[in-house]
Amino acid sequence: MRKKPSYQLMQGNEAAAEGALAAGVNFFAGYPITPSTEIAEILADRLPANGGKFIQMEDEIGSIAAIIGASIGGCKSLTATSGPGFSLMQENLGFACLAEVPLVIVNVMRGGPSTGMPTSPSQGDVMQSRWGTHGDHPIIVLSPASVEETFHYTIKAVNLAEKYRNPVIVLMDEVIGHMRARVSLPPWPMVERVNRVKPNMPPEWYNPYERQASGVAPMAAFGDGYRYHVTGLVHDAKGFPTANPNEARDNLRGLFAKIERGFREICLVDYEEMEDAEHAIVAYGCMVLSARSALEQLREAGHRVGLIKLGTLWPFPRFALERYLPQLKNIIVPELNLGQVYREVLRVNAGHANIEKINRINGTIITPEEIIKTVKGLIR
Amino acid sequence: MISNSELVKKYFRYNKKFPHIWCPGCGIGTILGSMLRAIDDLELEKDDIAFVSGIGCTGRAPVYVDFNTLHTTHGRALPFATGLKLARPELKVIVATGDGDSTAIGGNHLIHACRRNIDITTIIFNNYIYGMTGGQYSPTTPHGDKAYTCKLGNIERPFNISALVEAAGATFVGRSTSYHTLQLKNIIKRAIQHKGFSVVEVITHCPTTYGRINRKGGAVEMLEWQKEVAVDREKAAKMSPEELEGKIVTGILLERELPEFCEQYDTIIEKAQSLDKG
Ligand SMILES: Cc1ncc(C[n+]2csc(CCOP(=O)(O)OP(=O)(O)O)c2C)c(N)n1
Ligand code: SF4
Ligand SMILES: [Mg+2]
Repeated sequence: MRKKPSYQLMQGNEAAAEGALAAGVNFFAGYPITPSTEIAEILADRLPANGGKFIQMEDEIGSIAAIIGASIGGCKSLTATSGPGFSLMQENLGFACLAEVPLVIVNVMRGGPSTGMPTSPSQGDVMQSRWGTHGDHPIIVLSPASVEETFHYTIKAVNLAEKYRNPVIVLMDEVIGHMRARVSLPPWPMVERVNRVKPNMPPEWYNPYERQASGVAPMAAFGDGYRYHVTGLVHDAKGFPTANPNEARDNLRGLFAKIERGFREICLVDYEEMEDAEHAIVAYGCMVLSARSALEQLREAGHRVGLIKLGTLWPFPRFALERYLPQLKNIIVPELNLGQVYREVLRVNAGHANIEKINRINGTIITPEEIIKTVKGLIR
Repeated sequence: MISNSELVKKYFRYNKKFPHIWCPGCGIGTILGSMLRAIDDLELEKDDIAFVSGIGCTGRAPVYVDFNTLHTTHGRALPFATGLKLARPELKVIVATGDGDSTAIGGNHLIHACRRNIDITTIIFNNYIYGMTGGQYSPTTPHGDKAYTCKLGNIERPFNISALVEAAGATFVGRSTSYHTLQLKNIIKRAIQHKGFSVVEVITHCPTTYGRINRKGGAVEMLEWQKEVAVDREKAAKMSPEELEGKIVTGILLERELPEFCEQYDTIIEKAQSLDKG
């Protein structure tokens, strides 16, 4: 328990672990994988001292299963992984979406596909984080762009998971995960902690999937005296499997409705130098660092360039773009993939501005100079 | 012993849309009945029981009974149960899983749960087949038997589940059949009382798939077969290997005391807190 504020030099992965602890995470199950392993090691060390629990499972399928089980038991639960492990988690991630179990997955991306480039930066899992598990499902994905932001986004992820009874993914890249920076750590009592709403009605009246006005149903923990059923089958308000088309519709539509309702709160976006911008760089994760440096130099040279920094990738914060589309001539999207967010930008843009992508999938990053070159080429 | 109607009234979910999904003559319901009687004998509170399953005909058992029930994904009941048990060590966690669920897709989780010796009771409903998907061979389908993915005979050799879990480190292993309901109830009772990872393998029948394709007759004939091949452990100890050929030894096959996972973790918490690495 941190009682006093402090400044510490730490890696992004450490900041994720610090954020988890500050948010009240008290259960972690995981399986080691580069470049996320530090998170497991730190939490193995720190959780028991804080009364929490850590378990190293036999694989990532078991890891996510265990955090779902612990969350149903009332714990704030988190796991950390990278591409191959994230792939293994997909089936049970869908279970957590449908059964509405709060949990957080930190995915420190590596180059892919397959074993790919384990120690190289990549942003290749943007679409997987949205659509990795089968079927239509809602998901929340946050992408921090600095070490300190990793701390805050991890807290935010835990809080959103609890509030919306939905899995939240913290999508990091290797640059942020292993970068070192000074982080201001607040004392824990100063950290906002959101806890899932628990039922207060008598157990006989409790319907575990009956949504309240908030769009979310109160969640009892197993052992609290509310005996109920949890299943990965489409279910009615009591949690029992159903094939009734109306009940199936209510179940599945309800999953989306609760996230739509919280859309503005969930969407983290920052705007830098956008007021008079005619050209915008849209970036997330480590690409924000290159974009920011490019932006500074371009502004110095007198170009009207701004930055739209996406902290939330899913649901996609379309309003962040829509707001500026009327004033924009060019939008530049640098990504360490072949254009996964670019396609979303295209979709939202609907022909307004010219959109330019800069992509890299060889394990190296896109430098500020490359962004500057692209922007200058467009302005000319 | 509690009567059938009392059992139904006390443990079944009156607000669940019955009828159940099982075929007439299926052995799963009988095993569930023995489990409920064991729980009733032990006078456990319904609130204190978490009943967890995977996917399959067996996996559907929890929905019908009035406990904290969790119907997970195929093969994954044990890691879900592991997380739940760590979160709520005071709960009695019971897992229902099929032969395919536990030893094919979930085989890795099974051996690791055994090795960890976490206090969970796992009941394996071994009907030698993938019942739910219509009768494909499983890791326990006997060599030479038929299934809908080996109509000319199974060329793979089956697992002996009880031997497998013993080797993997389970600290309680029992075996019975869906014919021997009283013995089964008593073994489940002992398994629930056991501190550590306990496995009860139950030989049962799927008349609809395995029974049909292998011409084993209906439920009655398959139950009679269970009666014939089962030999109690004590009796088996006096029999020669030749006499034991084709028999299935039942009873409590193993019981040993080893440190339990959650209790050991509590000592880790104590140590960590005294070092105060918080
Ligand atoms: C990942 C996954 N693969 C395949 C299936 C399809 N499936 C459902 S049940 C089952 C087999 C069940 O067999 P067993 O565990 O022996 O249970 P039984 O139905 O015999 O009780 C299979 C293959 C599934 N649900 N999930
Ligand atoms: S298919 Fe077999 S195991 Fe499944 S319910 Fe029918 S008889 Fe039972
Ligand atoms: Mg089976």
